[in-house]
Amino acid sequence: MRINGEPVEASPAPGQCLRTYLRDAGRTDVKKGCDSGDCGACTVHVDGSPVHSCLYPAARAVDHDVTTLAGLGTPDDLHPVQRAFADAAGFQCGFCTAGFIMTAAGAGSEPDVERCFKGNLCRCTGYRSIRDALAGRINLEPGSSTAGAFGASVAAPAATRIVTGTEAYTLDLPTTGVLHMALLQSPHAHARITRIDTARAAAAPGVRLVLTHLDVPDVLYSTARHESRLDDPDDTRMLDDVVRFRGQRIAAVVAESVRDAQLAADLIEVEYDVLPAVFDPETARAAGAPLLHGDKAADLSRIAEPHRNVVAQTHGEVGDVAAGLAAAAATVSGTWRTARVTHVALETHGARGWLDDDGRLVVRSSTQVPFLVRSELAHVLGLDPDRVRVVAARVGGGFGGKQEMLVEDLVGLAVLRLQQPVQLELTREQQFTLAPCRHPFRVSVTAGADADGVLTALVVDVLSDAGAYGNHSVGVLFHGCHESVALYRCANKRVDAEAVYTNNLPSGAFRGYGLGQVIFGIECALDDLARELGISPVELRRRNVVRPGDQFIVNGEPDGDLVFGSYGLDQCLDLVESALAEGDEAPAGDRWAVGEGMAASMIATIPPRGHHSEATVTLDVDGTVTIGVGSAEFGNGSATVHVQLVAEELGIDPARIRLHSSDTDAVAYDTGAFGSTGSVVAGTAVAHAARELRAALDAGGTPPLSRTGRHEGTPRSVAFNVHGVRVAVDRATGELRVLRSVHAVDAGRVINPEQLRGQVEGGVAQGLGSALQEELVVEEGEMVTHALRHYRVPQIGDVPPTEVLFADTYDELGPRGAKSMSEAPYNPVAPAVANAVRDALGVRPHELPMSRDRLWRLSAQSQEQR
Amino acid sequence: MDLPTVSGHRTAHRRADLALAPGETLLAGGTWLFSEPQPEVGGLVDLTTLGWPDWEELPGVLRLGATCTVARVVAAPWGAASGLARACADSLLMSFKVQHVATVGGNLCLALPAGAMVSLAAALDASALIWTPDGGERRQSVVDFVTGAGTTTLAPGEVLRAVDVPTAALSRPTAFRRIALTPRGRAAAVVVGSGRRVFVTAATTRPVVLDLDDLEAGLAAVDCWYDDLHGPADWRAHVTGVLAREVREELGS
Repeated sequence: MRINGEPVEASPAPGQCLRTYLRDAGRTDVKKGCDSGDCGACTVHVDGSPVHSCLYPAARAVDHDVTTLAGLGTPDDLHPVQRAFADAAGFQCGFCTAGFIMTAAGAGSEPDVERCFKGNLCRCTGYRSIRDALAGRINLEPGSSTAGAFGASVAAPAATRIVTGTEAYTLDLPTTGVLHMALLQSPHAHARITRIDTARAAAAPGVRLVLTHLDVPDVLYSTARHESRLDDPDDTRMLDDVVRFRGQRIAAVVAESVRDAQLAADLIEVEYDVLPAVFDPETARAAGAPLLHGDKAADLSRIAEPHRNVVAQTHGEVGDVAAGLAAAAATVSGTWRTARVTHVALETHGARGWLDDDGRLVVRSSTQVPFLVRSELAHVLGLDPDRVRVVAARVGGGFGGKQEMLVEDLVGLAVLRLQQPVQLELTREQQFTLAPCRHPFRVSVTAGADADGVLTALVVDVLSDAGAYGNHSVGVLFHGCHESVALYRCANKRVDAEAVYTNNLPSGAFRGYGLGQVIFGIECALDDLARELGISPVELRRRNVVRPGDQFIVNGEPDGDLVFGSYGLDQCLDLVESALAEGDEAPAGDRWAVGEGMAASMIATIPPRGHHSEATVTLDVDGTVTIGVGSAEFGNGSATVHVQLVAEELGIDPARIRLHSSDTDAVAYDTGAFGSTGSVVAGTAVAHAARELRAALDAGGTPPLSRTGRHEGTPRSVAFNVHGVRVAVDRATGELRVLRSVHAVDAGRVINPEQLRGQVEGGVAQGLGSALQEELVVEEGEMVTHALRHYRVPQIGDVPPTEVLFADTYDELGPRGAKSMSEAPYNPVAPAVANAVRDALGVRPHELPMSRDRLWRLSAQSQEQR
Repeated sequence: MDLPTVSGHRTAHRRADLALAPGETLLAGGTWLFSEPQPEVGGLVDLTTLGWPDWEELPGVLRLGATCTVARVVAAPWGAASGLARACADSLLMSFKVQHVATVGGNLCLALPAGAMVSLAAALDASALIWTPDGGERRQSVVDFVTGAGTTTLAPGEVLRAVDVPTAALSRPTAFRRIALTPRGRAAAVVVGSGRRVFVTAATTRPVVLDLDDLEAGLAAVDCWYDDLHGPADWRAHVTGVLAREVREELGS
C-alpha cells in the first residue's frame, strides 16, 4: 500500500476496515465518526476516488494508493480545498472537516452540493459556512490582526491545523503499548445479576483484566458533572449488580487489542434475576410502580422521593392563579411532548489513561469539564486530587453530552490496576445505547390574559423522563422551568415539575438544558393565546416580556444574582417581525398550505450556584504570549474568543498568542465549558489577566512576565433569542419546506461576527433537526435507533439558510460587553416552527418531531374538521 | 467497521472458489457488510476478483454483472432509460462515494425494501441469473427474487451472477417518484411507472407491480406495506397512492 505516496508494508487483518488500519499506522488525520458509512468523517481516496474508509476492507487496499487529508496538503502548502475551508471558517469542532475536504477534493466538478455531500454530516455549523467553503467564499476579515481583533471575524487559532489534519483530538495518539477496553452491556431493562463468570474471558487471547461489579469501588456517584458534586444524586456505581436500563455497563475487558477485548467480552457468562420494569414516567411515579432506586436513602443520595421514583421536584405558586384565570378575557391550555433526541457529536466519548513519571494518574478525555472529572475521579477511585491530571485535547463536538463522566472512571481504575496505558473509545452504537440523551418532557400549560393581552395567569406542569439514573435531571428540571417562565411578567404563576426515574436510557445534559422543552410548551400556548385575543404573536410578547427593572420570577423567590446586564429582546422582536413582513414566494398548487410563526427565549449567561475560572497570560522574552485557561474547545469557539480578548488588551497580533487550555495542570481551576460559559466566565478571567499584564508592562515590567485573572461566575446577565419562520406544508404528503428562517440574537457586543453567526446557524440547524426529523425510538427499553443511519441528523440538503440578525447592546457584566451565545439559538426553533405549522394547517401540533408522517396526519385531521 | 470475528479473507478467481466453508460469507462491495456488526461471520470470500464484466450487451439483453458498482451501472448503455437509472442510483440512501463501491448484486441480495437497484431492475422487467451449487444456473424475475424485507429466494450455496435487463424495456416511457421522511433520507416509497405498469418499492416489503389502468384497485389490494423507523405503514400507503397518481398523470391516462 502507498499512503500519501509513501510505500507501507501492509498486512491488514482480515475483517479490518481501512480506517482502523490507517489510524493504527499513525494516520490519525482520518477520523472515526459513525463507523457505518453515514457521516463521511473517515473519507480518504483510494486510487484517487473518495471512499468511506470505515466501509472499505483494508485487505482490498493493499497494492493501491491511499491518500488522506494530511497527504492532500500541509500547513505550509495548503491544497485549494483546504485553503477554502480555512478562509470560509467552514468548521467549528472540526471533526467532520477531514471528510468534507477529502470528499470535495475527490468529487470533481459535481455541481449538486446536496447530492454530493449527503454522506457527510456536520453537527456544528448548520452547513452554511461549509457551503461557503465549497463555493470559495471568504468569511474571514483580511487585515484583522493587531488592533481591532475584538469584534472582527478572525480565524480560529487551530484553523490551519484542522484543515490539514494536524490537530490532535482525544485519541489521535500512537497506539503502541496501549491496552484497549471493551464493554459488556445489559440485555435487560431491569435485572439483578445473580452470577457472573469471567473465567473464559480472562483466559482468552490477549486479555489482561476483566472488571465486574465485584471489582469496582463501592462508591455511589453521578456521571453528571457540576461545580458542586452535590447538585446531582449519588445513584450510580461504576459497575453495579443491579442493571436499570438496557445497554448499561456490566463488565469491562482490557486486552492487547480492541478485537481481543471485544471477542472476550462476549465470553463473559451472566445470569440475571429479571425485575419488573417501567418505561413511562407517569406510570413510574404512580403507586405500585417498580422502584429503581428504592434501596437508596433520600438524604444520602439526594433523591427527592426514591419511594415514588421522583428524582427532583418543584411545586410553587406566586400570586393567585385561580383568581388570575377567573379574571382573564381569554384562556388557553394544552399539553406538549418533546421527543427523546441525542447529541451526535461526531467524536464519540473516549479516554486514554496512563501513569506519568511521578506515578500520577493522567487521563486524556473527550470532556467539556476536565477539572470536574478530575475531582470526581479522585472521589471514586479514592485518590487525592493532586494525584490525578485530566487533559482534554480539542474535543470533537459536545452539545452538553461531554459534561458527563462516562468512560474516565473505568479507564482510571484499569490503569491503576494494570499500571499500563489503557484506552476506551465508545462505539457509535454505544453512543445511542449507553450515553445519555436529552430529557423527554411532557409540558402542560394554561395561560390567561385580559382583553389588552396582558397575562393574568401562567400555569405550567412538567414531567421529565430522567431515565434510569438522575444525572443532570435536577438541574435540567429547574433550569428548564426557570428562564422559560421568568421571561414573562405575570403576577400569578404556578409551576409544578417532577423528574422521574424510568428504565429507559438515562437522560442528561443537552444544549439548552431543559429550556427548549418547556419553551416549546409555553411559546405554543402563547401563540394560541394571541390567536384567541386577535393580536399578533409578536405583540403579545411585547406586552408581557420582562424588562429592565423586573425581577425574574418562576414560582417563588427570585435568584439573587441574575440581573439585566443589558437588554435587547425588544430589538430582537422588531428584527424578526420586520424580516417576516418581507414575504416569500410559496410553492404553487393547492396542496401547499403556508403559515408563519415565531417564538422567544431567554437564557442566563452563566449557570447558577458558582462557576469559577482562573486564567493566566504570560509574555515570554521571545515576544510570544501564552494563555493558560482551563476550559475546553469543542467547536464553541472559546479558543478564538480568548485569543481575541488578549490581542485586544495587549494590542498585539493574534498570531503571537499560544493557548494552553483544558488541562488541570495548565491553571489552578476552571469549572468547565458548559452553560455557554467559555466566553463570559473563562473569557472574563482571560481578559482580566491580560489587562493586569498590560498594566504591569506599562509600569515598566519586562518579560518573562505573567499575570492571573479570575471570574467567579456571579452576578449573571441574560441573553435573548427570537426565531421566526415561514413554512409551506404539502397537505398530501406532510412535506414541510422552510420558506424563510430568521433568527435574532441579543448576544451583547459581538466578539467575532462570523463565529457568532456560525454558532447561531448551528443551533438553529440542531433545533430544526429536533423540530422536524430527529427521534430516538425506544421500545420496552430497547434502543431501536442504534445506528446513525436510523437517526436523522440533518444533512446539508435538510437545512435551509437562516438569516442571522444581531441586536445592538453592550452588557455591563460580560467581557467587553459580550454575552454568551452557543446553546441558546436552539431553544426557540421548535415552537416557532410548530406555530408556523399551526398557522398553515389550522391545527396545532403537540408533539415533536413534526415529521412528514405526523404532519400528514395533522393535515388529514384539519381537512376532517373543515 | 471492523469485523472482529472474521479470521479469513480470500479472493475468488473461479466458480469453484465460491464454495463456502462454515462461517464464510460472500463479500461484494462490502458497504453493507462493513456497516453493521456481523457476529456470525468468520470469513470473507471476495467476489470482485472474479473479473465479471460490469455489463455485456447480449442479443436482446443488457447484462449487468453482479459485481458492477452502482456508479458503473449508471454509466451502462441504458438508452432512453438512462435518466431512470440515474434516479434509482441516487435513491440510494448512501453517498456517491458508496455508489463507487456498492454493487448491483449486493443491493439485490440485501433486498432492503428501499433497495435502489431493486427499484431499477424491477421496473425494467430484469431477471436474476443465479448460479446454483451443482454447477448449474437458474433465472428468476427480480420482482419474484425479492420475497420480503431482507429476504430473497437465494438458497444456501447459490450466487447471484448477473442481472439481465431486456433491451425492449429500455425504450418504454418511464416516470419516477420518490419520497422519504427527509429530502434525501432513506426512501419510504419509490414509485416507477414503466409502460402501462407501476412498480412500487420501499413502501412495501417486496416489489409490487400495479396496472396503470386499474391503479386504485391495485393500490387497495396491496397487503405488504412496510413499517419501520423510516416511515409508518399508513403514511407509506397514502403517499404511494399520491405518487402513483402523479406517475399515471405523467405517463398519460
